[in-house]
Amino acid sequence: MIAELGLAALWLSAALAVLQMVSGALGLKIGDQRLAAFAAYARPAAVVQAFLAVLSFGMLLWAFAITDLSIKLVATNSHSMKPFIYKLTGTWGNHEGSMLLWVAVLALSGGLLAGLERRLKERTMNATLAVQGFVALGFYAFLLLSSNPFERLPVPAFEGSGLNPLLQDIGLAIHPPTLYIGYVGLSVAFSLAMGALITKQVTPDFAKVMRPWVLFAWVFLTLGITAGSYWAYYELGWGGWWFWDPVENASLMPWLAATALLHSVSVLAARDALRTWTIMLGVLAFSMSMLGTFLVRSGVLTSVHAFAVDPERGTFILVLLGLYIGGSLAIFAVRAGSIAEGKRFSATSREGALVFNNVMLSAILAIVLLGTLYPLLTEAFDVRVSVGPPYFNPAGAIFAIPMFIVMAIGPLLRWKSDKPVRIKLELIILALIVVGAIVLIAVLGDYPVLPVLGLALAAALGVAAFLPLRGRKISRTPLATWGMITAHFGVAVSLFGMATESAFTQERLAAVAPGSTEELAGWTVTLDGVDPVAGPNWTAIEARLSASRGGEEATLLNPQARNFWAPSQATSESALITRWDGQLYAVIGDTAGLDADGNQRWQLRIWWKPFVTFIWYGGLLISLGGILAIIGRVRVDLRRRKAVQLGNERRADKALLDQAATPPRAEPEPV
Amino acid sequence: MRTIFFIPLALFLFFAGLAGYMLTQEKNQTVASAMIDKALPEFDLEPAYDGLPGASRADFIGGEPKLLNIWASWCLPCIAEAPQLEALKEEGVEIIGIAIRDTPEDVTNFLDRHGNPYTRIGADDISALQIEIGAAGVPETFVIDGEGSIRYQHIGDIRENDVPKLLQVLEDVR
Repeated sequence: MIAELGLAALWLSAALAVLQMVSGALGLKIGDQRLAAFAAYARPAAVVQAFLAVLSFGMLLWAFAITDLSIKLVATNSHSMKPFIYKLTGTWGNHEGSMLLWVAVLALSGGLLAGLERRLKERTMNATLAVQGFVALGFYAFLLLSSNPFERLPVPAFEGSGLNPLLQDIGLAIHPPTLYIGYVGLSVAFSLAMGALITKQVTPDFAKVMRPWVLFAWVFLTLGITAGSYWAYYELGWGGWWFWDPVENASLMPWLAATALLHSVSVLAARDALRTWTIMLGVLAFSMSMLGTFLVRSGVLTSVHAFAVDPERGTFILVLLGLYIGGSLAIFAVRAGSIAEGKRFSATSREGALVFNNVMLSAILAIVLLGTLYPLLTEAFDVRVSVGPPYFNPAGAIFAIPMFIVMAIGPLLRWKSDKPVRIKLELIILALIVVGAIVLIAVLGDYPVLPVLGLALAAALGVAAFLPLRGRKISRTPLATWGMITAHFGVAVSLFGMATESAFTQERLAAVAPGSTEELAGWTVTLDGVDPVAGPNWTAIEARLSASRGGEEATLLNPQARNFWAPSQATSESALITRWDGQLYAVIGDTAGLDADGNQRWQLRIWWKPFVTFIWYGGLLISLGGILAIIGRVRVDLRRRKAVQLGNERRADKALLDQAATPPRAEPEPV
Repeated sequence: MRTIFFIPLALFLFFAGLAGYMLTQEKNQTVASAMIDKALPEFDLEPAYDGLPGASRADFIGGEPKLLNIWASWCLPCIAEAPQLEALKEEGVEIIGIAIRDTPEDVTNFLDRHGNPYTRIGADDISALQIEIGAAGVPETFVIDGEGSIRYQHIGDIRENDVPKLLQVLEDVR
């Protein structure tokens, strides 16, 4: 029953998406009253659809919770012996389940938009809902026609075949759903942008409606990327936190576009400038989300993230991409010229800085996109290449460095037009910090250029983030400004972590027998022994390491090399010691022969990564900044709405009073 | 209408065309060994088995192409592979074995139990040749042509359906 209920709910949602699309589109007809009346169905259709799609996902969750092995998806991806939490997370640890989660979130955000948003012109809203329905419909079709998550097996399986052991981790519980919420949140921004473009309503009011959605999606993307990076860092056991893998890039590209959009939508809201640019970014951000989905699931690119790869599905998503991205870009090409250009501004102004950084972000996006797609391009000519850090790091840095500089200065400038002389003092302080930091590091030792520049910029950015507070009353500073300060400071913190990690990491690979000791960066690490251990669905060898620094009491570390059964796969579980100034990262490998006394030796790999945790603290700060900005914006908005309402009531009251105060004019007596 | 607004669409159409083309292409995931068409490294190994001579590079020079089989008595897939090696031998293929980190007693036991397809067996006690020839594990099988060049590398045990392929390669490099 569970599966049938879920499937029925999914079909109904798809039908409602059709209703939403058609009635929203009919609402665009102005002349015909009868047709326009249909528009009234668009909002309820979106709301009910949200309920049904979430219900459908709930049913799949339930099937996984009770390990219903008559459902094919559960049988192939779960196992009765799996810990309960991983049974649940297994729901979205596979292609079908994650697509269902995707459409559930899509429908939910469409429903929220339809249910809550009353500020837009009704015509724009109808167009937006029509687009949202159209987007949702494609993904429903994809699920129902090519990847039905509720498919039954003719004979229930005796036992499930498990879940990729790499994915049996709490990281999986957090990382994909957050990313999906981010990806799909951008669909609302996309629909709003298309709605505004179709009805030619690209106004500051539209920007104010769009902004919380962009912020919301962006916060989740930031959290998702941060979590994903940390997950890869400790789960893959390679000690790296970013690999420029196609799937990582697939999450980074929408983030870059969303970051640019976030800033340009603010310019549109505050200054009525950058109209076409904002629309373009709105289209781009969601396009990047869908492109990512396509690249990951079609198997056209090779990645460490093994999703069930299927060319047929790939074709389906490519058709959807063609419809949505191609369609929206075609509308953009035809319509963009008819949106009147926004207000003008001078180069040295807040807008000028924001535009510059928008261009830089877009350039970085182009670099990442090119690097991700380049293997696809060369493979068409039968040349296999793999594009990695040697391309991405320097090519990205060319644009990131000017961006960080402008990011430090931009918030200090005034809107519309400003003179750099006005902020002379701040500029001098920031320049001194950069130069000072570079000189200091150059004296300390010989380090690569990029990390040194990164450190200097991080220092300057860390200070610059708080400079907008200068001359403001702390208590009167708007919450949204605090959000900006927090997020910008988060960028500085993250950049600091990345730069120190890449400049000062120390690594040691050794073959050690139990009882022997290794030294690294002031740490003393002793291998006390190696034991076999067993978990619910794996066996492992576990090293007992005791690590201490500067004569303190030793901390125990237990890195494992795990062997999972069902399906059989080996993973390495790293062990970490986190200190305020960095992390000690240990991985145990294979046996490495015998030592001189005939003792078994083991491969042991340890890293000291100074301040590596700051990368993720920074990510959290950036998200926190986004959350503060949402709260601030929404609060101001509600207050303003209330004030307008109060004003209206007061005017109405006053009108009544006035009416009452003036004595009714005597009607002329009938003669 | 301004042309500049059509640029994103044009870029996207280019990508969609490329992706569509790539989706229809057969995907070949095999990675060719870097050792292919390189000369077999110089080596001269002691016999690993009392009944057969040891192996050296010179044994491959001249005559028909031969198989070089990296194996070990302690390796379970090598037992699974034994019938296929036997089948190749019956097809008239000369197979020279390299026993990795083995002892004469174990080799003798193994061959008694699972048959002896080899004409020569060299003892590689420190995996020196194994590493030089680019074999990551045991078993691996190389096709060496009459001039002592590596022409083909088979990683893992030889299954029944691999035999025709190996025979084909041996024929091709003749």
